[in-house]
Amino acid sequence: MFVDPCAKCEEVLQQFLDRQLSDAEVAEAELHLDECNYCRKRYKFEEKLRMYVRLTLAEEMPPELKAKLAALRTPL
Amino acid sequence: MSEGTTPETDARRIAEDERDRVRFEEEVLELADQVYRVARRLVSSREEAEDLVQETYARAFRSWRSYQPGTNLRAWIFRILTNLNIDRGRREQRAPATQPIEEGDYFLYNRLEAESGDSDEERIVQRLSQDGIVDALSAVPHDFRDVIVLVDIGDFTYQDAAQILDIPIGTVMSRLHRGRRILKQELAEAAVAEEA
Repeated sequence: MFVDPCAKCEEVLQQFLDRQLSDAEVAEAELHLDECNYCRKRYKFEEKLRMYVRLTLAEEMPPELKAKLAALRTPL
Repeated sequence: MSEGTTPETDARRIAEDERDRVRFEEEVLELADQVYRVARRLVSSREEAEDLVQETYARAFRSWRSYQPGTNLRAWIFRILTNLNIDRGRREQRAPATQPIEEGDYFLYNRLEAESGDSDEERIVQRLSQDGIVDALSAVPHDFRDVIVLVDIGDFTYQDAAQILDIPIGTVMSRLHRGRRILKQELAEAAVAEEA
């Protein structure tokens, strides 16, 4: 059965970036990425997107909350 | 305890107990930034997140004896957090009647590239508004969002996320993968709506 290599590459994108693939699967994906600009761009995009989403969603704790939490401790 | 009841041993036991508790409280407080960061994305407002974190710490301090020293404290406190969040009844919110048709992982890039005519990955990412990302995450159904938040924001391993949410590791993986795809679909829709 013919498997579209780009469709296969798309299918394993998350596992690839999460380092969940076996060595053989990584090698296969890398071989394809080396020669396929279409997939390579989309993999790069995904990496940048993850970083951007992560930065955007990381909100610092309000400083006064820390004091409130410390106040919940059992008094000595 | 026949031997442990002299005033000296009692005093020593109490002192040790006290020291264990203080140590526990200090260690758990050191995790507060991480707890808040995750809590903030489990609920929709800053106020709710602050309440949730305070409830989590109140419960953690009260039930510190149920923590077994040497086990994963981070997973322990996050389990309290996620359980309290479920108890708050947020499961009743916004259950989508129909599951969206699932697009593949290239969908967002394809849509943004088609909309803008720009194929530079960096610029395409920068086109996404920060508010749009926050909104897109909150549109992801809770079961999926919990896993995304724990793994992608809380930096938990699949194993830890499975333990915290009390679900099999395979479920963590499938929810994470589907959840990220749903998130990207939401981002694509928001970006296209902004262009229009």
